[in-house]
Parts: sequence; structure tokens; C-alpha cells
Amino acid sequence: MTSSQVPRLELRGITKRFPGVLANDHVGFSVMPGEIHALLGENGAGKSTLVKMIYGIQQPDEGEILWNGNVVTVASPKAARKLGVGMVFQHFSLFEAMTVLENIALGMDTSVAARELEARILDVMKQYGLKLEPHRTVSTLSVGERQRIEIVRALLLDPDLLIMDEPTSVLTPQEVEQLFVVLRQLASEGRSILYISHKLHEIKVLCDTATILRGGKLVDTCNPREETSRSMAEKMIGGNLKDIQKTDGRAFGKDMMIVNKLNMASTEAFGTSLSDITFTVKAGEIFGIAGVAGNGQNELLLALSGEQLSEHSEAITIDGNNVGRMKAKQRRLTGMASVPEERNGHAAVPEFTLSDNTVLTARDRMGMVNLGMINSGAAKTYAGEVISAFAVKALGPGSTAGSLSGGNLQKYIMGREILQKPTVLVVSQPTWGVDAGAAAAIHQALVDLAASGSAIVVISQDLDELLALCDTLAVINEGRLSAPMKVADADIEKIGLLMGGIHGETTTRPEAVVQEAAHAH
Amino acid sequence: MSIDFIIAAIITVVGLTTPILLAGLGELVVEKAGVLNLGVEGMMLMGAISGFGVTVMTFNPWLGVLGAAVGGSASSMIFAFLVLQLNSNQVATGLALTIFGTGLSSLIGLSFVGRIVAPFNTFFPASLARDPILKVFFGYSPLVYFALIMVPLVAWFLKSTRGGLILRAVGENDHSAHSLGYSVIGVRYAAIAFGGAMAGIGGAYFSMVITPMWAERMTAGRGWIALALVVFASWRTGRLLVGAYFFGILMALELYAKAAGFSFMPSQFWAAMPYLMTVIVLALISARKGAATNAPACLGKPFTA
Amino acid sequence: MRIKLEKRPEPSRLMIFVTPLLSVLLTMIIGIIVFDAMGISGFKAVVDIFLTPLLQSYKWQDVAVKAAPLIIIALGLSIGNRAEVWNIGAEGQYIIGALCAAGVGIAAGTSGGILVIVAMILAGIAGGTAWASAPALLKTRFNVNEILSSLMLTYVALQVLGYLVGGPWKDPNGRNFPATAPLQPDQALPILFPGTTVHLGVLIALILPFVFWLIMARSVFGYQIRVVGSAPNAARHGGFDAKQTIWLSLLISGGMAGLAGALEFAGALKTINLGFPSGYGFTAIIVAFLGRLHPIGCLIAGIVLAVTYVGGQVAQTTVHIPNSTAGIFQAMMLFFILASDIFVRYRVRFVSSAKPSAAPVAGE
Repeated sequence: MTSSQVPRLELRGITKRFPGVLANDHVGFSVMPGEIHALLGENGAGKSTLVKMIYGIQQPDEGEILWNGNVVTVASPKAARKLGVGMVFQHFSLFEAMTVLENIALGMDTSVAARELEARILDVMKQYGLKLEPHRTVSTLSVGERQRIEIVRALLLDPDLLIMDEPTSVLTPQEVEQLFVVLRQLASEGRSILYISHKLHEIKVLCDTATILRGGKLVDTCNPREETSRSMAEKMIGGNLKDIQKTDGRAFGKDMMIVNKLNMASTEAFGTSLSDITFTVKAGEIFGIAGVAGNGQNELLLALSGEQLSEHSEAITIDGNNVGRMKAKQRRLTGMASVPEERNGHAAVPEFTLSDNTVLTARDRMGMVNLGMINSGAAKTYAGEVISAFAVKALGPGSTAGSLSGGNLQKYIMGREILQKPTVLVVSQPTWGVDAGAAAAIHQALVDLAASGSAIVVISQDLDELLALCDTLAVINEGRLSAPMKVADADIEKIGLLMGGIHGETTTRPEAVVQEAAHAH
Repeated sequence: MSIDFIIAAIITVVGLTTPILLAGLGELVVEKAGVLNLGVEGMMLMGAISGFGVTVMTFNPWLGVLGAAVGGSASSMIFAFLVLQLNSNQVATGLALTIFGTGLSSLIGLSFVGRIVAPFNTFFPASLARDPILKVFFGYSPLVYFALIMVPLVAWFLKSTRGGLILRAVGENDHSAHSLGYSVIGVRYAAIAFGGAMAGIGGAYFSMVITPMWAERMTAGRGWIALALVVFASWRTGRLLVGAYFFGILMALELYAKAAGFSFMPSQFWAAMPYLMTVIVLALISARKGAATNAPACLGKPFTA
Repeated sequence: MRIKLEKRPEPSRLMIFVTPLLSVLLTMIIGIIVFDAMGISGFKAVVDIFLTPLLQSYKWQDVAVKAAPLIIIALGLSIGNRAEVWNIGAEGQYIIGALCAAGVGIAAGTSGGILVIVAMILAGIAGGTAWASAPALLKTRFNVNEILSSLMLTYVALQVLGYLVGGPWKDPNGRNFPATAPLQPDQALPILFPGTTVHLGVLIALILPFVFWLIMARSVFGYQIRVVGSAPNAARHGGFDAKQTIWLSLLISGGMAGLAGALEFAGALKTINLGFPSGYGFTAIIVAFLGRLHPIGCLIAGIVLAVTYVGGQVAQTTVHIPNSTAGIFQAMMLFFILASDIFVRYRVRFVSSAKPSAAPVAGE
């Protein structure tokens, strides 16, 4: 890159406002041809809004976008594609019930005969080593394969700039490596890549430049290879990173939750069925379940929380009670609590007040019901307790859940369950889409709850989170759970293989026995 | 059973099937785009009165059919505006359209009560259309052939054209379609307009072919049967055709049972039969495992960009 | 200029109250315009439809008697609609409820009194509940869309009515007219104010909204219904059974429709003929929405719709508007209330559609 080169893309003073939020505040940076440029920031820092404007989904309120040195208005995604901008979305814009070919055809701006399109797809796949079957229905594909559709779809348009929005959040470590090979090949052909992520170690190995956003403002543009992960993280969160306070050498108590050969067919159209899930969590233990999204995590949470019943009551035992056939309400009375992944509409009702939201899961354990009538005073008091104990930023128990930020609502939901002092807590994606401050608070609360003798199950796609938080770890893949392993001596390579579905039955089985034996001590 | 009886029966069944086939095809396209329009009955009535009114005024049944399509389509636009632009609840808005269409068609129809038009019958020469045997092929109203041609046409459109691909995409995942740059609202407007036109023509079959005169609420709940038909067909065009004929045969049985004076059951039993059978058939269809998996994923959900 | 929608963080309370009034007002204005276009004095017609029944005290009893079934049915429907369970077959449940009450009346023969009246009312509730249990069973067991099944059963109910009043229950002294024999005076519901037609059912329709309000606002059941409607997954998470909610919604709305049918029969008409089904079951859907699915809202909206019924009859004789206009007005009200929902959930702004980069941002 020489200074005489014209940037492929340049942003000048881009500003975007939403009601009550300044999503981007005079953001400016440039991306050169052949450059892999990271856009780094926490959830809510304004990364997504920024790329939506580059891709024409939204329009900036102020500022200019320059393409190869000329000011342009990107009126629509179609206009963006015409300029030569391709985008791979974080939440894939795929159509489950359609074939790979149909999905790719939808990404083309002109009608291409199916046969010709198929030939072009095969070309691109060969060129970049991306494997796909054009006539498969998307619903039957793995997450990695789905991402490949998006990438092929973008590459067919021969883009000069490829925007990748959090591409690795759903991939196994091995798939990440493969993706990086493709991205480096693309860059070597002179294409620019705008790589959005909050995973610092990836940015360090992949990117030439990093632009860091915080609260909608540009904090810094730096060379990630000259930075440490910690220094970038602190720029990203604008403060010091807090580590989890964990007391070492804790002793675990008795078996609090035993899951024994849990089988369950998914009720969702494109869901994953659970088969023979078996694990045990002891009092005081944090048990992590890793895995790529869509491998049965949602189904497992529903099965454990009692939202979906098992075939046999012995499939799940909580504190000595067989609860497999018990409904969610009864399971709570045995001392179990759960937090599903989706905050709005699953863990909480967005239109309801915080006070009304306590009634959802705490009504029986916290004495809010009398003769079928709700004691709204008790609900309000408990909501107030949760708000103050977990430092939830809200006007009060009368605020609606939907008016809270993601991090605050997650703290509130976690608080609502933790203050009920559950003997077993099952949480899914506890810090997904949550800012660093709230994530740290949630992690600490989980560690403290375990220290007080509760058994905790954390289901997460974020392997870093699990490694930091958990005592024991297992991997879920296509509805099957691997043998548990101690986090202290976990092997990332092996976890990655398990996440990718390589079980290595013969090699892991004896090892698993060893692990179990070690576990029992 | 004489050949004459069989031919008469076939002609009866085809006649009863055509309106629900037309309205059902329209609704299938609407639902494929992710919109549930429960206003079919109202749109059919609007089509019935528009078609009849235009025919009375112009003496031209072809203009009448056009009028029916416009009438059905125009009334569907009220629904479309509320549902697409104002994000109103689709179920309630569809019901409102049915109530509205019923009322408005009655009001407009006041000035047409008692008028009669020549039935919109076959365009084939009498030697074919009146032939005791050949009439089973050539003796129908042009609307019958129109409905039968529309079945493969709609199937081809949905399956093999880019427009159909985009329409299905919008019904399958509106947000993805939007992020790819397709106009979700625009596609849905078009689909709803088409559904309205087809329901309108289906309604006109009552006022221009069957009776041929205007009577309040003359579609007698067939719009609802057309809606059930789409579920029955699990959103597949070919099955819609089969289903429409199945319902047509059921309704024909009612007529024959009444005519034959099957006195072991009161006439009300036979009149209730198509509705009861619809419920039973829906139960059989819906109970099948994974019956709902073919439903467009965004069916009935409001879309906001 | 283009319209820009901004989602409100919380639904506007003001708009929840204002929009139903606005809907009625807009319906009146459009009515004036449309009638004028039809060559009828629009102002006079609208005054007669919407105001005369309120201004002339001798019309009040008509309004009260017409409002009672609308309110009672709408109360039940609003529970289902809140839980996104769509019973649109209330008309059928209303018919069956009335028929069951009539059956008790016929069985009682010449005996009357409080016991017979109570038995008729209970039979009406049971009949409506039973008729609504079919869609509930079909929905929970076979996943049949309740909209279609409940509506289909309305057509079946109409045939049942036709069969009974034209056959086994036909009044032998009725000159071969298909109708049941009129109730004995001591079998009919008591009249609240002597000399009027205001029967016990009106009192029930006045009390029930407050009972429903208490249940919906304060009980776990009311909470369950509200959660299921707003967030079905959250309801499941909270331990509320979806199938149970479907059953309860349909049975309660069916029971209420059956009750309304029994009261209408035993209080107002005292006989059932082929003209008994008057579309109250469908109009009550409008009442429920105009009342914003709130019990007290249903009470008020029921009165408004009853006014349009009574006023429609007034206008038929004064300005000769056709019978069907009442239906159009009611549908327009429903359209407007549904359309105005947007003001509750969104802030609507008009922004200039000039180049986005240069667009001034209003009101920040």
C-alpha cells in the first residue's frame, strides 16, 4: 500500500441518529484495496449501523461515503452491489425451505438461467475451495455450510469490497481457519475486506488495520499486530478489563442435577433432536456446554427447564427428585431456575413492566400468589430488590422490560432467577449481545452463586466465556453431548473437533472414562 | 347410472368447484407471500356485485369479469394498506374486510336487485357445447377454463420464474428478502391485489354464471371454504386443484341428496355437510406429522423494516 | 414528504383511549360524505344513527337490550383475542346457547319460576361451551386452525336451528310458521323496570365487565392470558400451558356467547325463529376491538355498537337508508380502530424525502 493509492472506501463524518440514540457520531476511516480492515467494538457500539449504511440498507443523516475517491449515495443494497460491495451477514439472510441454488439466485440482481448460475457457482467454489451442493435445501445444512452460501453469493458478484459481519461467531475453530484462508486469498487478489468482530485474537492474526468504535464514536484506528489483545479490549470498552474473581480449589458437593439418557424430538420445523444426553452437575460446580449454534442448545434448555417434557421422569433428576415429566412450574418448586437465550419474548415479556415480569418465574417461590390472585405489592418489592442488587439501570419496577438495554435486561433476568436462590440454575448464552460491564457482572454473579453451593449449567457458543467461567465442559453437536472434561486440562484443538462433529468414538471413550473417574474424586 | 346422469353430475361438480378454485388460487399466492387475508368472502362478494353491475350496464360479460377482478382487487387494497403500511393485525383486518365487503356489496346491490343478465356461458359453437356428450368438455363458462388454465400458470410462476422465487422468498423470510434489497411491501401488495382479483372473479361466477342475478351474501361462506382449501393443499398448487374438486364433489352430493329427497336425514343435515366435512378434512390433514412445515414461515406476521 | 414510523418504547396510554373515539368520529365524518354522495342528507343520517338513540330517552331501553348480548359476547372474545386465539364462531355458540335454553323451556312445559330460569341460563352457557369445545379439541389435538373450524361450525349451528324450529320444536299453535312456542311469562327473565323491555340480562351485562376486569387485571389466569398473547414463548417459560390457554379461551368465549344467546332468548325474544341469528356474534368481534380488548372498553363499545343498531333503524324510517349500511359503518369502525393501532405503538412523523444526506432531522 502506498500513500498515493486512492482508498477503495472512505467514510467522512458519518452520523446516524435513532430515537434516543446516536448510533454513529462523525465516524471516518478508509479501507485500501487489498486491505483486511477490522471494525471492532462492543455490541451497541454502532458497527452494524455503520455497515448497513455502507451496504445501502440505511442512509446516513450526515457525512459522506467515497468509493474509489468519488462521493456516492448508496441508496439500496442493490446500488451497493452495483458499486462492488458484497456483504455476508451475521444473521444469515437465507431461506430455510429453499435450495442453495435458489438462495444464491435471490442474491443476484439479474435473472440468470439456473444452469448457467450453477456452472458459475461451481467455478467460484473450485477457485476458493468452498464445498456446497447446489440442490440441497438450506434447512439441512450446517451453520458453516450456510455461511459458505453467503460467501459464494457475495463472490459471484465479483466484489471489490467484502463486508463480513461477525463471521466467526458461529464457526468451529477449524472452520475459522478455513475461512481465514479464503479471506487472505481474496485480499491477495486486491479485494478489500471489512471484517467486523469483537474477537481480538482473530483480528490480530487476520487484519492489517483495526478501527475501534465505542458508543458510536471512533476511538482509534491502529495496527492490531502492534497492539495486545488487552490494549484493544480496553479501548473497546473504555476502561479496565475486570477478571472473574474465582476462589481456587473449591470442593464440590453432592450431585445436584443428573441428566441420564435424555432423548427428545424437536418440535421446531428445522430443529435438532436430542439423543442420549448424559451429564451430572455437583453442588458448587459450573458445567459448561459448548457448541456451534443450532446443534440442540435451544432444545436442551427447553428440556432442562421443563418447557418441553421428557419421555421418562428419571431422565432428569434435580436434588434427588425425578423431574423429567414435571412441568416448568413444578420444576421451579423443586429449586431449579433457568434463563433462556432470547431475552425479549422468552425470558421476559417486553411490553410488561419489570414488576409484572417477576411474576413470570418468581410468583410461586417468592409468594406472589394468594388464592389465584396476584399480590402486585410483593411483585413490585421483589422487582425493586433485583434492580438494586444487580445495579440494573431502569427508572424503577414500573419500567417496561422492552425499554431496557440488552445488558440491563439480561442483568435483570439473571437477578430475578439468582435472588430466588435456586439449587440448580441453567442459563443459555448469559452474555450474548451484552456490553462488557454487564457481562463481567453476570459472570461474577454466576461464580458467586456456585460458591454458595448451587449447581450451574452454562450453555454458550462463546468458547472463551466457557473456558473462563466453568469447571467442567462438554460439547454438544447434532443433539449429542460429548463426555465431560475438566476445563483445567481441556485441549482447544480437541474441543474444536468435537464442535465440528468429529467425535472420534474409539479414542474419546476410554478418555471419557478417565475424565469421569477424575471427576468423581 | 346413465351416461347422461354422469355427465350432468360432472358439469355440476365443475360448476361448484370453479369459484373456490379461483379464490383458493388467489389466496395461495397471497399466503405464499406471507400474508393471511381472511377477507376472501368479502372480496368474493365485492367481485360478485362488481361483475354483475358492469355486465348489466355494458351488456358485455368480459368487461364484467374485468369489473369483478377490479372490484375484488380494489377492496383487497384496503386490507393491504392497513396490514402492510400500518402493521395492523392480519386476522382482525381480514375479518373487517369480510364484514365490509358483505355490507358494501349489499348496499351497491340494492339498485341491481331483480335484474337478470344472460349467463356467461360457453364460447364454443353449439354443436360442441350442446352435444350431449361433448358438452362435458365444451359446455362450460369461460371462467371454468380460465380457472383451469390458472392452475398450471400459478404453479409455473411460483416454481420457475424469478418473480415467483422472490415472492416465495418474501413469504419465507421477509427480513432476509429485505436485506437483499427486495421490496417486501411491494411484493405483498402485488400478491394481495392478485388474490383480490381472483377472489373477485370467483365471486362473479355466482352472479354471472350460476344464478345469474344478484342476491345478498350469495357466496354463502365459500370464501371460507377457499381459505380451508389452501390449508388442505398445504400450499401446493396441484393439491389445491385436487382439494377444490373434492370439496366440489361434497357440495354436489348435498344438491343430489336434497334433490333425491333422502328423507332419512333432514335437508339441513345435507346443507351442513360441506361445512362439517371441511372441519373433518382439516383435522385429518392438519394432524399429519409436519403438516405445517410447508406453510410459509412468515405467514400472518407483520413486517417492519 | 414521506411517513416515518418510530417505535415507541412503551405503548402510548393516551392513544389507547383517544383512538377508539377517533375511530367513531372518523366513521361519522365519512358517513356524512358518503350519504351526501348517495343523495341522502348525510348529516341527518349520521345524527340519527349515532346521536338520536342517546338523546331520546325512550330509545334507551332498546339500546340497553341490544347492548347486553354484544357486551357479554365481546367479553369472552376479548380474552381469546388477547391470547391470540381466534374464536370467530361466536355466532354459532350464541345460537346453540339459545337453543339449549329453549330446550329447557320446552322440557319445563308449563312450569316456571326461578329454577327454570336458572336452568335455562346454565343450559345456554353449557351449550355455548360445548359448541366451542369442538374447535378447542381440534386445535389442541389435531392442530386445526380455530378460525376456520369455529366459523364452519357456525354454518352447522344455523342448520341445527333451522332443523329444530322447523321440525321437532315447531310451535304446534304457530300456523305452521317455523318458530318455537313463546315462553310462559313466568319462564322469561324478570323485567328490571316495569313498563320497559329492560330484562335481567342487561344487569348481568353491566356487572360482568367488572368481574372480568378484576380477573384479567389481578388474577394469575388473567396474567396467563396476557402473557400468552404478548409472548407465547415467555408464557411457556413461565410454566403456562399453551393448550390449556387455548381450551380456556375458547370455552370461556363459547360460554359467554351461549349465555348471551340464552339471555336474548329468555329475556328479549322469548321465542326462536329463523330470524334469531342476527349477527351479534360477528358484531361482538368489532365490539371487542373497539373496546381495545379491555372489559370496561367492551362495555362502552357494546353500547356504541348498540346505538348504531338502534340508530340505523331510526335512520331507515327517517332518511330511508338501506339496512346494510349499519354493517358498513361497523366495518369502517373496525378498520379505523385497527389502522389507528399504529398511533399506539408508533410515533408517526412526516419527514421530507429530500436527499438523505442533506435531510434535516426533525425534533431531536
